[in-house]
Amino acid sequence: MPRVRVGRDKRAEDGGAKKHRVQREHLLFLAFIAPNFLLLGVFTYWPMIYQGYLSLTRWNMLAPRKTFVGLDNYASMFGGVEFWGVLFKTFYFMGTVVLGSVALGLAIAILLNQRLRGRNFVRSVVFAPVILSGAAVGLVWAYIFDPNYGLMRTFLEPIGISSPDWLGSTEYAMPAIIIVYLWKSLGFSVVIYLAGLQNISKDLYEAARIDGASKWVLFRHITLPQLSPVTFFVVLTTIINSFQAFDIIAVMTGGGPAGATTTLIWYIYQEAFVAFRAGTAAAAAIVMFLLLLVIAVFQIRYSQRGVHYK
Amino acid sequence: MTAVRARGGKLVRYALLILVALVFVVPLYWLFSASLKDLREIYTFPPVWVPTNPKFSNYPEAWNAAPFGRFYLNTIITTFFGVLLEVVNAVLTAYALVFLRFPGKNIIFIGMLAALMIPIHVTILPNYLTVASLGWVNTYQGIILPGAAVAFGAFLLRQHFLTLPGEILEAARLDGATHLQILWYVILPISKPMIVTVTLISLVTKWNDFLWPLIVTNSTEMRTLPIGLSYLFSQEGPSRWGIIMAATIFVILPVLLLFLQWQKHIISGLTSGATKG
Repeated sequence: MPRVRVGRDKRAEDGGAKKHRVQREHLLFLAFIAPNFLLLGVFTYWPMIYQGYLSLTRWNMLAPRKTFVGLDNYASMFGGVEFWGVLFKTFYFMGTVVLGSVALGLAIAILLNQRLRGRNFVRSVVFAPVILSGAAVGLVWAYIFDPNYGLMRTFLEPIGISSPDWLGSTEYAMPAIIIVYLWKSLGFSVVIYLAGLQNISKDLYEAARIDGASKWVLFRHITLPQLSPVTFFVVLTTIINSFQAFDIIAVMTGGGPAGATTTLIWYIYQEAFVAFRAGTAAAAAIVMFLLLLVIAVFQIRYSQRGVHYK
Repeated sequence: MTAVRARGGKLVRYALLILVALVFVVPLYWLFSASLKDLREIYTFPPVWVPTNPKFSNYPEAWNAAPFGRFYLNTIITTFFGVLLEVVNAVLTAYALVFLRFPGKNIIFIGMLAALMIPIHVTILPNYLTVASLGWVNTYQGIILPGAAVAFGAFLLRQHFLTLPGEILEAARLDGATHLQILWYVILPISKPMIVTVTLISLVTKWNDFLWPLIVTNSTEMRTLPIGLSYLFSQEGPSRWGIIMAATIFVILPVLLLFLQWQKHIISGLTSGATKG
């Protein structure tokens, strides 16, 4: 790696030495970013281009040749019912998880923001599942949802509800996955909201209280608007993460029963590595990428408009 | 009157706090207690809350039901080298972006931000084809390298480097220090908490990683812990909850211990993305 001297007095240098020094700094810059950008190139940028091409072909991943079919893969995906069902399930999952993360995340954060004994402990246990393996969490909950010996039955039976066969029924499998995903990821939005609450200036509340505002008014007109950038961040992050929810579905339902928990990521995996339809898998991945792109554009436009109350 | 109401409010709040704690503690307690139960206590309803005769035999049974020693080795190797590469990449990229001059540096930064928008989940198919064509299926490099490039960690460190006082750097430059010396003796020591955070987030992510190692390995010997756990479950199914729960603890215990020790760093890193964004 080139050693660069940067400490010399500028006035003492002649033009040639200065030019030389700048060139060496450019080289060092390239050397520093090279490994990262080489990897990004091979495993992030190039695959997106290659994927665009794959999505225009029909290929079983074994044959030596790919058949170019133009937009056929997209046409048959959007022309059939299955893919619309996958999109519906993806958005059903995402929407419920976003609502839950915002509503429950904010509620728990407000609770933990009060001066209560043991709140640090509770914050830790709420956050702990975030860093645990999704496969492990999925298995614990598969046991909890066990229709005969699971905990859910223990809690539901005394209040007169017979526990359904959660993971085995098309009706309850998705709600079960949503419960588990929320349980695992809620701690993230809780700590983000907590940080947001602690950033709100106390003076705002004082001033409003002097004016005789009720608690609800304080919440509605100070807390919520002050937290709007935080909510925006929580919504976006939850959406992006929810697209990638794979391990919980993999261990709990495998996309079933009868496709009831087949979201976009499961569909891509299934098409590519179980059905060996590379073209369809690539087309579905491009759809997912475009959805992420829309979110990114939202994010950039919102942050440029500067809706920060600071 | 108001005092009574205030006390009532406090009670309600404590009740809610306990409820929230239970929702998150009970499943974990259920996991630990089940790993100590024998078949008779697991397959009974209503359930046994405290194992009457706790026994550890589920642990050796789980350990022998699948090659967990090997799964541990694989996970430790892929996590260690994956984290090392990611952190070194993050530090070098962030340093270059903040402290080195280069024409069109902003375009390079935007290129890196664009990579943030492409999670590895989107590119599993083409990446699998690339790794397969390199002959890297069932290899450590096949598991590690596609995830070794960083965008998020480099972004976090860049934001942090931008907040460092310029005077320290100026002083080091006037003393004639090279960039490598500045990086090693000035920047790294004062950025230690942030680097610890980036390391921990990377470590937890790689330890738990599921989709990519699942795709790029197909032999039992190359599986990582989360994949091995799901493999054990697919073999034993819900007929052996005791050993499945013991195996689950193999997977989560190291991360849980790490969390108890370092939770402040992990949480501060994740929240700094939100409050500074």
